[in-house]
Amino acid sequence: MADIFELLRGKKNGNGNYDKQPVIVQGITGKFGSVHTKLMLEYGTNIVAGVTPGKGGQKFQDVPIYETVKEAITASKARISIVFVPAKFFLEAAKEAFEAGIKLLVAIPEHVPVRDAMQAIEIAKQNDAIMIGPNTPGVIIPGLIKIGIMPAGPFMQGNIAVLSKSGTLLYEISNNLTTAGFGQNFTLGIGGDPINGTRMVDAFDMIKDQPELEGVVIVGEIGGQAEETLAEHIIDISFKKPVVGYIAGRKAPKEKRMGHAGAIVMGNYGSAESKIAMFAKANIPVAKRPTEVPILLAGKMEKK
Amino acid sequence: MRLLEYQAKELFKEYDIKVPDSISSNNIESGRKDAKKIGFPFVIKSQVPVGGRGKAGGIQKCHNEDEFELKYPQILGMTIKGEKTRAILLEKMSEYEKEIYLSLFLDRSKRCYTVISSAEGGVEIESVKNQVVREVGLGIVSKKIAEEIAVKIDLDEKSVAYFVDTLQKLSKLTVEKEAELTEINPLVILKDGSMVALDGKIMTDDNSNFRHTELLKYKEQTELEEKAEKSGFSLVELDGNIAVVGNGAGLVMSTFDMLADNGGKPACFLDVGGGATEKSVYEALTLISKMKKVKAILVNLYGGIVKTTIVASAFIKAYDNKLIDLPVYARLMGAESEKSKEMLKDTKTKMFTSVEQAINGIVVEVTKNG
Repeated sequence: MADIFELLRGKKNGNGNYDKQPVIVQGITGKFGSVHTKLMLEYGTNIVAGVTPGKGGQKFQDVPIYETVKEAITASKARISIVFVPAKFFLEAAKEAFEAGIKLLVAIPEHVPVRDAMQAIEIAKQNDAIMIGPNTPGVIIPGLIKIGIMPAGPFMQGNIAVLSKSGTLLYEISNNLTTAGFGQNFTLGIGGDPINGTRMVDAFDMIKDQPELEGVVIVGEIGGQAEETLAEHIIDISFKKPVVGYIAGRKAPKEKRMGHAGAIVMGNYGSAESKIAMFAKANIPVAKRPTEVPILLAGKMEKK
Repeated sequence: MRLLEYQAKELFKEYDIKVPDSISSNNIESGRKDAKKIGFPFVIKSQVPVGGRGKAGGIQKCHNEDEFELKYPQILGMTIKGEKTRAILLEKMSEYEKEIYLSLFLDRSKRCYTVISSAEGGVEIESVKNQVVREVGLGIVSKKIAEEIAVKIDLDEKSVAYFVDTLQKLSKLTVEKEAELTEINPLVILKDGSMVALDGKIMTDDNSNFRHTELLKYKEQTELEEKAEKSGFSLVELDGNIAVVGNGAGLVMSTFDMLADNGGKPACFLDVGGGATEKSVYEALTLISKMKKVKAILVNLYGGIVKTTIVASAFIKAYDNKLIDLPVYARLMGAESEKSKEMLKDTKTKMFTSVEQAINGIVVEVTKNG
C-alpha cells in the first residue's frame, strides 16, 4: 500500500524541510466544500485545484476549478483529494478520483451506504490507493498539512498520534493533549461508519514505525470490533510505545444507533465491555473521561 | 432499520423462505378476526424491536377464546426492555423435530458477509458454543459453501438440500436489501427434513434507504425522531429526565456516559451534527421542549470554528419566546466563551468551562427537585 507519510509530506527538500504537497478538492463550490476549502487554505494546505462539473474554468479563492479530476491532476500533479459531495454521489466521485490517479482520498460525506463504501474501497485497492473515511473529519499533521474539516485550534505539533472514530472527540481529546503539553504528529479520523476505508488497525500500521512517535491515543466507540482487532494486533507485534484508549458509549442502550451509523451494539458484538476487556489484555489503560486521557498517557510515559 | 418479526417474515415470504401461517394486528378487534382465520391453537407474539421476548412473557400459547381474550390485551400492553409492544402476531404452531440457528451479518473488519450457523437454535447466539462461522464474501452464498456449512453443523442428509436452499435465499435477501444482519432463530426442521423460519430479525443500512423505497413502510419513527431527522439531527429517546445535547455522536455519547456515571438519568441522546449554529441549537431546544419528562438540559458543544456567543443567543431566544423554562447546564467550548457567559448571566442557563462541572451541577439540580 502507498505510504501515507510519503503522500502527506513528500520527501525532505535540500533544506531538510518538507514541501507542501498539492491537494485537490472535489466539490469545491458546494456549501460545505467552499467553507472548508477557505479554512484549509488559511491553515496553509496547498490546495491547487478544485473539481465541480459545470464550473470548469472558474476560480474559487484563486484556486482554478476543473470539470474532471483527470483535468485537475494533469494541471496540478496532485495525488491527494478531499471529497465533499452528497453521499448519494460519493461512489461516483471516489471512482473518478482513483481511476484518475489519486493515491489518497479523504472522504468527508456522512450517510454513504455501506455497499458504496465497500465498492469504493475495492477500487482504491485495485489502484494501490488509500481511502480515509467516509464520514471522517480528515487527517492533520499539525503545522504542516490539514486535509479535513477539523478546527485548527486543538492541535499542536508534537509526537503523539491520535486515531479516532469520532470527529468532535478527536478535537476534544487532542485539545486536552495539547493543553497538557502533548503535541501531535498525526491525527486521523477513522470515521463513524460501519465500513472504513482505513480501519483502526490500518491507521495504526501507517504510523507505528515512525521513529519520532512517542505514544498513541486510540479514541474508540461502541460498534464493530475495530478496537478489539487493534488491541490483538498490538499484542501480536509486541508494540512497546505507550498506548492509551478511550471508548465512548459505555452507557448507551443496546440495538440503538447512537448518532453514527456504526455506533450500535448487537448482542455482545460492538459492546464497550468487550473493547475495554481487550484493551486491558493489551495493557492499554482506558480513560473514563476525555480529560483523563493525558493523565493516563503521562503515567504510561513515566513507566517506560 | 430494525424490522419487527412480522416484517422480516414478509420479506422471507417474498424470497420464498418458508414461514408459518401468521397474521399481524394492533387491536383486539382485528385480532379476533385473525384468530378465526388461523384457528386455535396458536401463539401470540409481541412485536418488539428487542431480543428476549420469550423470557419476558411476550410469546404465549393460546388454546381457546377465553385465553385469547385474556392474553391478547395483556401482551399488547407489554413493555419489554423499555420497548412497547408495537403489534401482535398470531402464528400457527408448528410441529418440528429440531431447532437450528442461521444468520448472515456484515463483518466490518473483514468487510464481507459472514454466515453463522449452529445445530443449537432458539437461544441467544452469544450463549451457543458450537457455532460455525464462515466468511462468504459480498455476493450470494454459493451452493458449495452452503453445503460445507450444512455438513459442519451435522445436519441429516435429508435436510442438507433444504438448508442450502434457505441459506441461499436468505443471502439473496441480505445482499439485495443491503442488510447488515439477517437472522433466523430458530430455523426449525420438520419431519420431512424441510425448514421453516419460526422467528426473524433483519437490520438494514439506513443510509441505503433512498434505494429501497419498498422498505420505507417499515420505517418506524416517533414524531420527534422525524423532526430530528429533518433537522439533520440524530435522536434516541430514553426513560430518564435529563436531556443530553451536543455536536458530534462521539462527544454526545461521551457526555451521556459521564452523566450516567454520576447518577444522572438521560432522557435523550441528541446529536445536532458536527457544526453548531444558532439555528441548530434553537431547533434542538424546540425538540426538547416537546419532551414532557425532561427536567433539565445538559449541553456539551465543542465549538471549534463556531463562536459560542451564537449558541448563547439561541438560548436567550428560546427563553424570550417562552419555548423553554428549564434549567440548562452548558459547556460551550470555543471562541468568546467569557462574552457568552456574560450574555447568559440572568437566564436559567449556567455556563461551565468543563463538562464535568456541568454534570455535577445538573445531577444536584435534578435530585434537589425530585
